[in-house]
Amino acid sequence: MKGIFIYPSNSLILYDLVERFGHKPLAIMQEIRKKVTTAGIDSPPLNITPEDPKRGLKYAAVEVPAGVRGRMSLLDPLIEDAEAAILVEDAPIGFGCMGCQRTSELVGFLIRAKRIPILELNYPTSDADAENFVYRISEFLKGLEGATEADA
Amino acid sequence: MNEIEVAQISCGSEYTGIQGEIESAAERVGAKIIFPDIDLDEVEAAEAKFGLKVTSPDLKLMLARAISVVEGHTTADAVFIGTCFRCAEGALVRNEIRRYIHEKSGLPVISYSYTERTTADTLLTRMEALTTIAKRRSLLARETQAGITAGIDSGSTTTKAVVMKDNEVLGFGWVSSTDVVKSAEEAFATALQESGIKRDEIQALGVTGYGRFLLGDAFNADLVQEEITVNSKGAVYLADRQKGAATVIDVGGMDNKAISVNDGIPGIFTMGGICAGASGRFLEMTAKRLGVDITELGKLALAGDASAISMNSYCIVFGIQSLVNSLSKGARHEDVAAAACYSVAEQVFEQQLQEVEVREPVIMVGGTSLIEGLPHAMHELLQAEVIVPPHAQLIGAVGSALLASGFIEE
Repeated sequence: MKGIFIYPSNSLILYDLVERFGHKPLAIMQEIRKKVTTAGIDSPPLNITPEDPKRGLKYAAVEVPAGVRGRMSLLDPLIEDAEAAILVEDAPIGFGCMGCQRTSELVGFLIRAKRIPILELNYPTSDADAENFVYRISEFLKGLEGATEADA
Repeated sequence: MNEIEVAQISCGSEYTGIQGEIESAAERVGAKIIFPDIDLDEVEAAEAKFGLKVTSPDLKLMLARAISVVEGHTTADAVFIGTCFRCAEGALVRNEIRRYIHEKSGLPVISYSYTERTTADTLLTRMEALTTIAKRRSLLARETQAGITAGIDSGSTTTKAVVMKDNEVLGFGWVSSTDVVKSAEEAFATALQESGIKRDEIQALGVTGYGRFLLGDAFNADLVQEEITVNSKGAVYLADRQKGAATVIDVGGMDNKAISVNDGIPGIFTMGGICAGASGRFLEMTAKRLGVDITELGKLALAGDASAISMNSYCIVFGIQSLVNSLSKGARHEDVAAAACYSVAEQVFEQQLQEVEVREPVIMVGGTSLIEGLPHAMHELLQAEVIVPPHAQLIGAVGSALLASGFIEE
């Protein structure tokens, strides 16, 4: 089983696909869950505090907007744990998004720089493309060590 | 009073960690933050409808929310627009949405670019002004001072007090701000003495400025009001421009205000407080370096040529360094004074006036407006009529006394 970084990082479809093939999806939801269930922090809605953008300085200098750095601090453990990644470009908002294009650009670069197995895809625009999209993801996931056969 | 609903249209506030600060500032002035509800389809369609293409999805959401407010699908009393500081795409969207909402809905709007260091205190004055404009129109409708009232403006550098009777300033006091209450007592005592009015004859008192909350308690004031509202009213009152459009500029000791006013009511406004190089402090330091009193700096500047001096920075430290370098090369004191005034005016022009709609006349107020070189430099930059009304340095105190007279009738 491999830790698979998915982007958009809140994509439920990618999350589900990764799980079906026996891998561990690395998604933003698990990081936000940690934030909102940690006792003692009260900074709604996501319980991100002004300390988080400072942690984001690990990835971006202070002249980078605080919203980018705050997002990067959430994504940090996922990037660290990534053993493979699936990145989908040009996805509609309903498929999943991090809200900020600058964050997306930086995350894409950082994941590519890790030199781990990466599958980069464009969001499908036709039925045939969609079938091919799922097929390529399934082949990618099956090819990784520790994969299991997905349920239909 | 019913709770005021402020629609928040923003990108990044939750990831910056300051959403709680925005909500806390609103709560402290009796307002509630609401978020316009939007369908996914509306987000996808927003760019085409608004006519602005953006790459970040949260900025598309901002456009959709702005459209919802303007089209009346969201009911709100006022709008707060925010994006991250240093985000160029965010700044473009923020400015265009502010203009769009102001023009199409008439709702009061404020915009702000935040960092993780933004606090509720930073936002409080802006939020207070926003809610006042939204809900206290009767207060803002006042155009004449009636009865015997007083106003105290507890500023960051100086504390001013006035006593007014039947639309006239009878006496004023002006002292350096040290202890907030003691300085106010001193200025107020001077104003009372000069006016010949006894303290118990004062029928209503208004306070404003940084120390307003403390003074409100200490003096049992009838009106405790932020400076945006008070200065707008005070400026159009003193300049006798209560009807129609005007732009009020107040270069203060610690921050600057630029307010676009219509019929005395603030529309779009900005408060800047980031750089001391654009404040009265910079002019004070220049006067000290030139060995003249601050009251003489303006006249000196009028006799000078700002373009004769090379200013490499707006920063208070490096700006002064540029002036010192010029002096060491034999520059004329008049030119240095003019360059300092021009530098402050240019910085206000570049960093604040781009965010408000500059409409003539431009009314300059506050102590710095008496430094003649500053309104002159602003006139040069804007090529617009610049008025410095009588008692311009007492703007906050006069505005407070004016608005406080509304409490006599109540």
